[in-house]
Amino acid sequence: MKGRVGIIGIGHGVFGRRSDATVQELAFEAFRSALQDAGIERDAVDASVIGSVPEYHKQRSLAGVVQEYLGLNPKPTWLTEVACASGSAAMRTAWMSIKAGVHDVVAVIGCQKMTELSTPEILALMGRVGEVQWESVFGTTFPAYYALFAKRHMHEFGTTREQLIEVAVKNHYYGARNPYALFRKEITLEKALVSEEVATPLQVYDCCANADGAACVILASEERARALSSNTVWLDGMGSATASMSVLRRPNLTGLPSAEAAAAEAYRMAGISAADVKVADVHDCFTIAEIMAYEDLSFCAKGEGGPFIADRQTYIGGKVAVNVDGGLKAKGHPIGATGVSMTCEIAKQLRGEAGERQVPDADVGLTHNVGGIGQYCFVQILRRD
Amino acid sequence: MFQWFGKINYSPFTKVGAFADHLKDGRLMGSRCTACGTTSFPPRADCEECMSGDFEFQEISGRAVLHTFTKIVAAPTGFEDVTPYIVGVVDLEEGGRALAWFGETIAEEEIRIGMELQVVPRIFEESEEIKVYYSLDRPGTSWSKV
Repeated sequence: MKGRVGIIGIGHGVFGRRSDATVQELAFEAFRSALQDAGIERDAVDASVIGSVPEYHKQRSLAGVVQEYLGLNPKPTWLTEVACASGSAAMRTAWMSIKAGVHDVVAVIGCQKMTELSTPEILALMGRVGEVQWESVFGTTFPAYYALFAKRHMHEFGTTREQLIEVAVKNHYYGARNPYALFRKEITLEKALVSEEVATPLQVYDCCANADGAACVILASEERARALSSNTVWLDGMGSATASMSVLRRPNLTGLPSAEAAAAEAYRMAGISAADVKVADVHDCFTIAEIMAYEDLSFCAKGEGGPFIADRQTYIGGKVAVNVDGGLKAKGHPIGATGVSMTCEIAKQLRGEAGERQVPDADVGLTHNVGGIGQYCFVQILRRD
Repeated sequence: MFQWFGKINYSPFTKVGAFADHLKDGRLMGSRCTACGTTSFPPRADCEECMSGDFEFQEISGRAVLHTFTKIVAAPTGFEDVTPYIVGVVDLEEGGRALAWFGETIAEEEIRIGMELQVVPRIFEESEEIKVYYSLDRPGTSWSKV
Protein backbone atom coordinates (compact mmCIF):
# COMPACT_ATOMS: atom_id res chain seq x y z
CA MET A 1 0.00 0.00 0.00
CA LYS A 2 1.40 3.40 -0.97
CA GLY A 3 -0.52 5.55 1.51
CA ARG A 4 0.87 6.96 4.73
CA VAL A 5 0.00 5.80 8.23
CA GLY A 6 -1.19 8.45 10.64
CA ILE A 7 -1.46 8.90 14.40
CA ILE A 8 -5.03 10.03 15.09
CA GLY A 9 -5.15 9.60 18.86
CA ILE A 10 -2.81 9.53 21.84
CA GLY A 11 -3.41 8.60 25.47
CA HIS A 12 -1.00 8.50 28.40
CA GLY A 13 -1.44 7.39 31.99
CA VAL A 14 0.57 8.56 34.99
CA PHE A 15 3.85 6.63 35.37
CA GLY A 16 5.02 5.58 38.81
CA ARG A 17 4.39 3.08 41.58
CA ARG A 18 0.81 2.29 40.66
CA SER A 19 -0.27 0.09 43.57
CA ASP A 20 -3.81 1.21 42.77
CA ALA A 21 -4.18 -0.69 39.51
CA THR A 22 -3.64 -3.94 37.58
CA VAL A 23 -1.84 -3.85 34.26
CA GLN A 24 -5.11 -4.09 32.32
CA GLU A 25 -6.53 -1.21 34.35
CA LEU A 26 -3.48 0.86 33.43
CA ALA A 27 -3.99 -0.10 29.77
CA PHE A 28 -7.63 0.96 30.01
CA GLU A 29 -6.72 4.47 31.21
CA ALA A 30 -4.44 5.03 28.23
CA PHE A 31 -6.83 3.45 25.71
CA ARG A 32 -9.84 5.46 26.91
CA SER A 33 -7.97 8.74 26.69
CA ALA A 34 -6.60 7.87 23.23
CA LEU A 35 -10.13 7.17 21.96
CA GLN A 36 -11.32 10.47 23.45
CA ASP A 37 -8.36 12.26 21.90
CA ALA A 38 -9.11 10.71 18.49
CA GLY A 39 -12.80 11.44 18.87
CA ILE A 40 -13.74 7.94 17.74
CA GLU A 41 -15.83 5.13 19.20
CA ARG A 42 -14.31 1.86 20.38
CA ASP A 43 -16.07 0.03 17.51
CA ALA A 44 -13.90 1.88 15.00
CA VAL A 45 -10.82 -0.03 16.21
CA ASP A 46 -10.08 -3.06 14.01
CA ALA A 47 -7.34 -4.64 16.13
CA SER A 48 -4.95 -3.99 18.99
CA VAL A 49 -1.26 -4.69 19.43
CA ILE A 50 0.11 -4.92 22.96
CA GLY A 51 3.72 -4.05 23.74
CA SER A 52 4.84 -5.53 27.05
CA VAL A 53 7.49 -7.78 28.58
CA PRO A 54 5.65 -10.81 29.98
CA GLU A 55 8.16 -11.92 32.65
CA TYR A 56 7.17 -9.10 35.00
CA HIS A 57 3.52 -10.13 35.25
CA LYS A 58 1.90 -13.02 37.06
CA GLN A 59 -0.75 -13.12 34.31
CA ARG A 60 0.51 -15.23 31.42
CA SER A 61 -0.39 -14.25 27.85
CA LEU A 62 -1.12 -10.65 28.68
CA ALA A 63 -2.74 -9.56 25.40
CA GLY A 64 -5.82 -11.64 26.15
CA VAL A 65 -6.62 -10.06 29.49
CA VAL A 66 -5.99 -6.56 28.15
CA GLN A 67 -8.20 -7.14 25.11
CA GLU A 68 -11.04 -8.40 27.31
CA TYR A 69 -10.77 -5.51 29.77
CA LEU A 70 -10.71 -2.94 26.96
CA GLY A 71 -13.90 -4.52 25.60
CA LEU A 72 -12.33 -5.26 22.24
CA ASN A 73 -13.31 -8.94 21.87
CA PRO A 74 -13.64 -10.47 19.29
CA LYS A 75 -11.24 -8.13 17.44
CA PRO A 76 -7.74 -9.59 16.99
CA THR A 77 -4.86 -8.80 19.31
CA TRP A 78 -1.29 -9.96 19.79
CA LEU A 79 1.72 -9.22 21.98
CA THR A 80 5.14 -8.01 20.88
CA GLU A 81 8.26 -8.50 22.99
CA VAL A 82 11.74 -7.13 22.38
CA ALA A 83 12.67 -6.14 25.96
CA CYS A 84 12.52 -2.37 26.54
CA ALA A 85 11.59 -1.74 22.89
CA SER A 86 8.42 -3.86 23.06
CA GLY A 87 6.23 -0.76 22.69
CA SER A 88 7.93 0.31 19.47
CA ALA A 89 7.73 -3.24 18.15
CA ALA A 90 3.97 -3.01 18.73
CA MET A 91 3.99 0.29 16.80
CA ARG A 92 5.88 -1.31 13.96
CA THR A 93 3.61 -4.34 13.62
CA ALA A 94 0.50 -2.13 13.78
CA TRP A 95 2.02 0.11 11.09
CA MET A 96 2.84 -2.99 8.99
CA SER A 97 -0.71 -4.32 9.30
CA ILE A 98 -2.09 -1.01 8.02
CA LYS A 99 0.54 -0.74 5.25
CA ALA A 100 -0.40 -4.27 4.22
CA GLY A 101 -4.05 -3.25 3.93
CA VAL A 102 -5.17 -5.81 6.51
CA HIS A 103 -6.47 -3.28 9.06
CA ASP A 104 -7.50 0.38 8.82
CA VAL A 105 -7.51 1.48 12.47
CA VAL A 106 -5.27 -0.16 15.08
CA ALA A 107 -4.80 0.63 18.78
CA VAL A 108 -1.23 0.23 20.01
CA ILE A 109 -0.97 -0.19 23.76
CA GLY A 110 2.27 -0.30 25.71
CA CYS A 111 1.71 -1.38 29.30
CA GLN A 112 3.80 -2.72 32.15
CA LYS A 113 3.69 -3.34 35.87
CA MET A 114 7.15 -3.70 37.35
CA THR A 115 6.96 -2.65 40.97
CA GLU A 116 5.40 -5.90 42.19
CA LEU A 117 8.93 -7.35 41.97
CA SER A 118 11.86 -6.41 44.25
CA THR A 119 14.87 -4.50 42.90
CA PRO A 120 17.26 -7.53 43.12
CA GLU A 121 14.67 -9.64 41.27
CA ILE A 122 14.43 -6.98 38.56
CA LEU A 123 18.24 -6.72 38.42
CA ALA A 124 18.42 -10.48 37.92
CA LEU A 125 15.68 -10.51 35.25
CA MET A 126 17.15 -7.56 33.39
CA GLY A 127 20.71 -8.82 33.71
CA ARG A 128 19.58 -11.87 31.77
CA VAL A 129 18.79 -9.60 28.82
CA GLY A 130 22.56 -9.87 28.56
CA GLU A 131 23.73 -13.20 27.18
CA VAL A 132 23.20 -15.87 29.85
CA GLN A 133 25.62 -18.60 28.75
CA TRP A 134 28.87 -16.61 29.01
CA GLU A 135 27.98 -13.33 30.76
CA SER A 136 25.17 -13.64 33.34
CA VAL A 137 27.17 -16.38 35.07
CA PHE A 138 29.40 -13.54 36.32
CA GLY A 139 26.45 -11.63 37.83
CA THR A 140 26.18 -8.96 35.15
CA THR A 141 23.36 -6.47 35.58
CA PHE A 142 21.65 -4.09 33.22
CA PRO A 143 23.35 -1.00 34.70
CA ALA A 144 26.67 -2.89 34.56
CA TYR A 145 26.42 -3.26 30.78
CA TYR A 146 25.85 0.45 30.32
CA ALA A 147 28.67 1.07 32.81
CA LEU A 148 30.96 -0.97 30.52
CA PHE A 149 29.90 1.29 27.62
CA ALA A 150 30.43 4.41 29.76
CA LYS A 151 33.94 3.43 30.87
CA ARG A 152 35.00 2.74 27.30
CA HIS A 153 33.39 5.96 26.01
CA MET A 154 35.21 7.95 28.69
CA HIS A 155 38.47 6.20 27.80
CA GLU A 156 38.21 6.75 24.03
CA PHE A 157 36.65 10.21 23.88
CA GLY A 158 37.38 11.85 27.21
CA THR A 159 33.71 11.96 28.19
CA THR A 160 33.47 13.07 31.83
CA ARG A 161 31.36 12.13 34.86
CA GLU A 162 29.95 15.64 34.87
CA GLN A 163 28.87 15.38 31.22
CA LEU A 164 27.05 12.11 31.97
CA ILE A 165 25.23 13.63 34.92
CA GLU A 166 24.29 16.73 32.87
CA VAL A 167 21.94 14.41 30.96
CA ALA A 168 20.10 13.57 34.19
CA VAL A 169 20.00 17.23 35.24
CA LYS A 170 18.35 18.16 31.92
CA ASN A 171 15.86 15.32 32.00
CA HIS A 172 14.82 16.08 35.57
CA TYR A 173 14.46 19.76 34.64
CA TYR A 174 11.86 18.83 32.02
CA GLY A 175 10.37 15.96 34.02
CA ALA A 176 9.51 18.49 36.73
CA ARG A 177 7.25 20.09 34.11
CA ASN A 178 5.53 16.86 32.92
CA PRO A 179 2.34 15.88 34.79
CA TYR A 180 2.77 12.21 33.74
CA ALA A 181 6.33 11.90 35.07
CA LEU A 182 7.39 9.75 38.03
CA PHE A 183 9.98 12.25 39.32
CA ARG A 184 8.62 15.76 39.12
CA LYS A 185 11.58 17.52 40.68
CA GLU A 186 14.77 19.13 39.48
CA ILE A 187 18.16 17.85 40.62
CA THR A 188 21.57 19.48 40.86
CA LEU A 189 24.85 18.23 39.45
CA GLU A 190 26.41 18.36 42.92
CA LYS A 191 23.71 16.24 44.52
CA ALA A 192 23.64 13.71 41.69
CA LEU A 193 27.40 13.18 41.91
CA VAL A 194 27.22 12.06 45.53
CA SER A 195 24.38 9.59 45.01
CA GLU A 196 24.94 5.87 45.70
CA GLU A 197 27.09 3.82 43.35
CA VAL A 198 25.29 1.23 41.20
CA ALA A 199 27.96 0.01 38.78
CA THR A 200 30.95 2.31 38.40
CA PRO A 201 30.99 4.95 37.00
CA LEU A 202 27.18 4.96 37.13
CA GLN A 203 25.40 6.16 40.27
CA VAL A 204 21.73 6.18 41.18
CA TYR A 205 21.12 9.43 39.31
CA ASP A 206 22.53 7.95 36.11
CA CYS A 207 19.81 5.31 36.08
CA CYS A 208 16.15 5.45 35.11
CA ALA A 209 13.62 4.03 37.54
CA ASN A 210 11.45 0.94 37.23
CA ALA A 211 7.82 2.02 37.02
CA ASP A 212 4.28 1.00 36.21
CA GLY A 213 2.41 2.67 33.40
CA ALA A 214 0.67 2.57 30.06
CA ALA A 215 0.40 4.62 26.89
CA CYS A 216 -1.76 4.24 23.79
CA VAL A 217 -1.56 5.43 20.20
CA ILE A 218 -4.34 4.99 17.63
CA LEU A 219 -3.03 4.50 14.09
CA ALA A 220 -5.07 4.79 10.91
CA SER A 221 -4.58 4.39 7.19
CA GLU A 222 -4.19 7.68 5.29
CA GLU A 223 -7.73 7.51 3.97
CA ARG A 224 -9.28 6.82 7.37
CA ALA A 225 -7.02 9.35 9.09
CA ARG A 226 -8.10 12.12 6.71
CA ALA A 227 -11.75 11.21 7.30
CA LEU A 228 -11.51 10.93 11.09
CA SER A 229 -8.98 13.54 12.19
CA SER A 230 -7.85 17.08 11.47
CA ASN A 231 -4.56 17.00 13.37
CA THR A 232 -2.97 13.77 12.19
CA VAL A 233 0.74 13.26 12.77
CA TRP A 234 2.30 11.01 10.14
CA LEU A 235 4.66 8.09 10.70
CA ASP A 236 6.94 8.78 7.75
CA GLY A 237 10.06 6.84 8.70
CA MET A 238 10.20 3.49 10.45
CA GLY A 239 13.64 2.02 11.05
CA SER A 240 14.38 -1.20 12.88
CA ALA A 241 17.60 -3.13 13.39
CA THR A 242 19.42 -5.52 15.70
CA ALA A 243 22.88 -6.13 17.16
CA SER A 244 24.44 -9.15 18.84
CA MET A 245 22.98 -10.34 22.12
CA SER A 246 26.47 -10.59 23.58
CA VAL A 247 28.75 -7.59 24.22
CA LEU A 248 31.57 -9.99 23.41
CA ARG A 249 30.51 -9.93 19.76
CA ARG A 250 29.97 -6.19 19.20
CA PRO A 251 32.24 -4.23 16.83
CA ASN A 252 32.74 -1.59 19.53
CA LEU A 253 31.42 -0.75 23.00
CA THR A 254 30.96 2.99 22.51
CA GLY A 255 27.68 2.98 20.60
CA LEU A 256 24.82 0.79 19.45
CA PRO A 257 25.13 -0.48 15.87
CA SER A 258 21.41 -1.31 15.90
CA ALA A 259 20.60 2.35 16.56
CA GLU A 260 22.86 3.58 13.77
CA ALA A 261 21.25 1.18 11.30
CA ALA A 262 17.67 1.88 12.41
CA ALA A 263 18.28 5.63 12.19
CA ALA A 264 19.76 5.37 8.69
CA GLU A 265 16.71 3.40 7.53
CA ALA A 266 14.23 5.81 9.13
CA TYR A 267 15.95 8.92 7.74
CA ARG A 268 16.08 7.37 4.26
CA MET A 269 12.40 6.34 4.35
CA ALA A 270 11.31 9.81 5.46
CA GLY A 271 13.70 11.54 3.06
CA ILE A 272 15.26 13.68 5.78
CA SER A 273 18.54 14.01 7.63
CA ALA A 274 19.35 14.36 11.31
CA ALA A 275 19.58 18.15 10.93
CA ASP A 276 15.85 18.29 10.11
CA VAL A 277 14.82 16.82 13.49
CA LYS A 278 13.53 19.50 15.89
CA VAL A 279 12.51 17.32 18.81
CA ALA A 280 13.39 13.76 19.84
CA ASP A 281 12.64 11.26 22.55
CA VAL A 282 15.63 8.95 22.94
CA HIS A 283 16.18 5.90 25.11
CA ASP A 284 18.02 7.30 28.15
CA CYS A 285 17.77 4.21 30.35
CA PHE A 286 21.16 5.42 31.64
CA THR A 287 22.85 8.76 31.12
CA ILE A 288 25.51 7.22 28.86
CA ALA A 289 22.72 5.81 26.67
CA GLU A 290 21.49 9.31 25.82
CA ILE A 291 25.04 10.44 24.95
CA MET A 292 25.50 7.42 22.68
CA ALA A 293 22.07 8.14 21.14
CA TYR A 294 23.17 11.68 20.13
CA GLU A 295 26.03 10.07 18.24
CA ASP A 296 24.19 7.04 16.82
CA LEU A 297 21.41 9.33 15.51
CA SER A 298 24.01 11.76 14.02
CA PHE A 299 22.81 14.70 16.14
CA CYS A 300 26.54 15.20 16.75
CA ALA A 301 29.76 13.55 15.59
CA LYS A 302 31.02 10.31 17.15
CA GLY A 303 32.66 10.98 20.47
CA GLU A 304 31.20 14.47 20.87
CA GLY A 305 28.10 13.51 22.83
CA GLY A 306 29.62 14.70 26.10
CA PRO A 307 30.38 18.28 24.98
CA PHE A 308 27.01 18.29 23.12
CA ILE A 309 25.06 18.03 26.40
CA ALA A 310 27.53 20.23 28.30
CA ASP A 311 26.86 22.97 25.70
CA ARG A 312 23.11 22.54 26.32
CA GLN A 313 22.53 21.63 22.64
CA THR A 314 19.72 19.24 23.61
CA TYR A 315 17.73 21.73 25.71
CA ILE A 316 14.87 23.63 24.06
CA GLY A 317 16.63 26.36 22.09
CA GLY A 318 19.65 24.14 21.33
CA LYS A 319 20.36 22.23 18.13
CA VAL A 320 17.72 19.55 18.83
CA ALA A 321 15.46 19.27 21.89
CA VAL A 322 15.91 15.80 23.42
CA ASN A 323 13.73 14.18 26.08
CA VAL A 324 11.93 17.37 27.00
CA ASP A 325 9.25 15.18 28.61
CA GLY A 326 11.83 14.04 31.19
CA GLY A 327 12.96 10.96 29.30
CA LEU A 328 13.04 7.53 30.88
CA LYS A 329 15.16 9.09 33.61
CA ALA A 330 12.51 11.37 35.11
CA LYS A 331 9.34 10.03 33.50
CA GLY A 332 10.04 6.48 34.68
CA HIS A 333 10.52 3.39 32.52
CA PRO A 334 7.62 0.91 32.50
CA ILE A 335 9.50 -1.05 29.86
CA GLY A 336 6.63 -2.13 27.59
CA ALA A 337 4.98 1.30 27.73
CA THR A 338 8.08 3.37 27.02
CA GLY A 339 8.16 3.20 23.21
CA VAL A 340 4.48 4.10 22.92
CA SER A 341 4.95 6.89 25.46
CA MET A 342 7.73 8.33 23.26
CA THR A 343 5.44 8.35 20.22
CA CYS A 344 2.67 10.05 22.26
CA GLU A 345 5.05 12.75 23.43
CA ILE A 346 6.50 13.53 20.00
CA ALA A 347 3.00 13.59 18.44
CA LYS A 348 1.98 16.05 21.17
CA GLN A 349 4.99 18.24 20.32
CA LEU A 350 4.17 18.20 16.60
CA ARG A 351 0.56 19.14 17.40
CA GLY A 352 1.84 22.08 19.44
CA GLU A 353 0.21 20.80 22.63
CA ALA A 354 3.24 20.41 24.91
CA GLY A 355 2.58 23.53 26.98
CA GLU A 356 5.61 24.99 28.73
CA ARG A 357 7.75 22.17 27.27
CA GLN A 358 6.73 23.03 23.69
CA VAL A 359 9.57 23.13 21.16
CA PRO A 360 8.99 26.09 18.81
CA ASP A 361 8.24 25.21 15.16
CA ALA A 362 8.38 21.47 15.79
CA ASP A 363 7.46 19.95 12.42
CA VAL A 364 9.71 16.87 12.38
CA GLY A 365 10.23 14.63 15.41
CA LEU A 366 12.01 11.37 16.18
CA THR A 367 11.72 8.50 18.62
CA HIS A 368 14.60 6.14 19.45
CA ASN A 369 13.61 3.11 21.51
CA VAL A 370 16.26 0.56 22.47
CA GLY A 371 15.60 -3.01 23.57
CA GLY A 372 18.00 -4.60 26.03
CA ILE A 373 21.54 -3.33 25.67
CA GLY A 374 21.01 -2.44 22.02
CA GLN A 375 20.10 -5.89 20.75
CA TYR A 376 17.05 -4.19 19.26
CA CYS A 377 16.45 -0.61 18.16
CA PHE A 378 13.46 1.13 16.60
CA VAL A 379 13.61 4.66 15.21
CA GLN A 380 10.49 6.53 14.08
CA ILE A 381 10.28 9.80 12.16
CA LEU A 382 7.06 11.71 12.80
CA ARG A 383 5.93 14.65 10.70
CA ARG A 384 2.94 16.97 10.59
CA ASP A 385 1.43 18.32 7.38
CA MET B 1 29.19 -30.88 32.14
CA PHE B 2 28.36 -27.29 31.38
CA GLN B 3 26.37 -26.95 34.59
CA TRP B 4 29.75 -26.70 36.34
CA PHE B 5 30.35 -23.34 34.67
CA GLY B 6 29.53 -20.23 36.69
CA LYS B 7 28.36 -19.30 40.17
CA ILE B 8 24.82 -19.69 38.88
CA ASN B 9 24.47 -21.56 35.60
CA TYR B 10 21.50 -20.66 33.43
CA SER B 11 22.16 -22.94 30.45
CA PRO B 12 23.33 -26.42 31.56
CA PHE B 13 22.84 -28.12 28.21
CA THR B 14 24.86 -27.01 25.20
CA LYS B 15 26.79 -28.55 22.31
CA VAL B 16 29.94 -26.94 23.73
CA GLY B 17 29.39 -28.46 27.18
CA ALA B 18 32.88 -30.03 27.27
CA PHE B 19 34.24 -26.47 27.65
CA ALA B 20 33.63 -26.80 31.38
CA ASP B 21 35.43 -30.18 31.59
CA HIS B 22 38.49 -28.61 29.99
CA LEU B 23 38.23 -25.59 32.27
CA LYS B 24 38.16 -27.86 35.33
CA ASP B 25 41.47 -29.32 34.13
CA GLY B 26 42.99 -25.89 33.59
CA ARG B 27 42.49 -25.48 29.87
CA LEU B 28 40.73 -22.50 28.29
CA MET B 29 39.18 -23.61 25.03
CA GLY B 30 37.85 -21.76 22.02
CA SER B 31 36.21 -23.45 19.05
CA ARG B 32 37.50 -24.01 15.53
CA CYS B 33 35.25 -24.88 12.60
CA THR B 34 36.69 -28.00 10.96
CA ALA B 35 35.12 -27.04 7.62
CA CYS B 36 36.42 -23.48 7.14
CA GLY B 37 38.78 -22.90 10.06
CA THR B 38 36.91 -19.97 11.65
CA THR B 39 37.76 -19.71 15.33
CA SER B 40 35.59 -18.34 18.12
CA PHE B 41 35.72 -17.39 21.77
CA PRO B 42 33.42 -17.97 23.50
CA PRO B 43 33.23 -21.29 21.62
CA ARG B 44 30.27 -22.05 19.40
CA ALA B 45 29.20 -25.35 17.87
CA ASP B 46 27.79 -23.94 14.66
CA CYS B 47 30.04 -21.84 12.46
CA GLU B 48 28.81 -18.29 12.02
CA GLU B 49 30.69 -17.97 8.73
CA CYS B 50 30.03 -21.19 6.76
CA MET B 51 27.22 -22.58 8.95
CA SER B 52 28.92 -25.97 9.35
CA GLY B 53 28.04 -27.85 12.51
CA ASP B 54 31.45 -29.57 12.75
CA PHE B 55 33.84 -28.07 15.25
CA GLU B 56 36.72 -28.93 17.52
CA PHE B 57 37.99 -27.33 20.70
CA GLN B 58 41.26 -25.45 20.43
CA GLU B 59 43.15 -24.24 23.48
CA ILE B 60 43.85 -20.51 23.66
CA SER B 61 46.63 -18.74 25.52
CA GLY B 62 44.39 -16.58 27.71
CA ARG B 63 46.62 -13.56 27.02
CA ALA B 64 44.40 -10.52 26.78
CA VAL B 65 44.08 -6.74 26.99
CA LEU B 66 41.45 -5.00 29.11
CA HIS B 67 38.76 -3.38 26.93
CA THR B 68 36.47 -2.02 29.66
CA PHE B 69 35.36 -2.80 33.23
CA THR B 70 32.92 -1.90 36.01
CA LYS B 71 32.53 -2.51 39.73
CA ILE B 72 29.05 -3.88 40.36
CA VAL B 73 27.67 -2.60 43.66
CA ALA B 74 23.95 -3.34 43.19
CA ALA B 75 23.89 -7.09 42.60
CA PRO B 76 21.22 -9.37 41.17
CA THR B 77 19.59 -12.24 43.06
CA GLY B 78 22.17 -14.93 43.79
CA PHE B 79 25.24 -12.68 43.80
CA GLU B 80 24.60 -10.62 46.96
CA ASP B 81 27.21 -12.59 48.95
CA VAL B 82 30.09 -11.63 46.64
CA THR B 83 29.16 -7.96 46.22
CA PRO B 84 30.83 -5.73 45.23
CA TYR B 85 32.67 -7.41 42.37
CA ILE B 86 34.60 -6.07 39.40
CA VAL B 87 33.79 -7.37 35.95
CA GLY B 88 36.07 -6.78 32.97
CA VAL B 89 35.74 -7.35 29.25
CA VAL B 90 39.01 -8.33 27.57
CA ASP B 91 40.17 -8.62 23.97
CA LEU B 92 41.86 -12.00 23.62
CA GLU B 93 45.17 -12.34 21.79
CA GLU B 94 43.75 -15.03 19.47
CA GLY B 95 40.60 -12.98 18.77
CA GLY B 96 37.25 -12.83 20.50
CA ARG B 97 36.46 -11.44 23.91
CA ALA B 98 35.78 -12.72 27.40
CA LEU B 99 33.88 -11.25 30.32
CA ALA B 100 35.03 -12.25 33.79
CA TRP B 101 35.77 -11.21 37.35
CA PHE B 102 39.13 -9.83 38.35
CA GLY B 103 41.21 -12.23 40.41
CA GLU B 104 43.16 -11.56 43.59
CA THR B 105 46.47 -10.80 41.84
CA ILE B 106 45.22 -7.36 40.80
CA ALA B 107 44.26 -4.55 43.15
CA GLU B 108 41.30 -2.38 42.25
CA GLU B 109 43.46 0.78 42.04
CA GLU B 110 45.71 -0.78 39.40
CA ILE B 111 42.94 -1.51 36.92
CA ARG B 112 43.34 0.46 33.67
CA ILE B 113 41.76 0.02 30.26
CA GLY B 114 44.52 -1.23 27.94
CA MET B 115 46.40 -3.18 30.65
CA GLU B 116 47.63 -6.68 29.83
CA LEU B 117 45.90 -9.54 31.63
CA GLN B 118 45.76 -13.32 31.78
CA VAL B 119 42.47 -15.22 31.66
CA VAL B 120 42.95 -18.00 34.25
CA PRO B 121 40.77 -21.12 34.76
CA ARG B 122 39.43 -21.28 38.33
CA ILE B 123 37.52 -23.58 40.65
CA PHE B 124 35.27 -22.22 43.41
CA GLU B 125 37.13 -23.65 46.40
CA GLU B 126 34.40 -22.90 48.94
CA SER B 127 31.75 -24.79 46.98
CA GLU B 128 30.96 -28.45 47.71
CA GLU B 129 29.77 -29.09 44.17
CA ILE B 130 32.12 -28.59 41.26
CA LYS B 131 31.89 -25.00 40.06
CA VAL B 132 34.35 -23.53 37.59
CA TYR B 133 34.91 -20.10 36.06
CA TYR B 134 37.77 -17.99 34.82
CA SER B 135 39.32 -14.83 36.21
CA LEU B 136 41.30 -11.86 34.94
CA ASP B 137 44.74 -11.85 36.53
CA ARG B 138 48.29 -10.55 36.21
CA PRO B 139 50.12 -11.76 33.07
CA GLY B 140 51.92 -15.00 33.78
CA THR B 141 49.50 -16.15 36.48
CA SER B 142 49.12 -19.89 36.00
CA TRP B 143 46.30 -22.25 36.78
CA SER B 144 46.92 -24.48 39.73
CA LYS B 145 44.71 -27.20 41.05
CA VAL B 146 44.00 -26.65 44.74
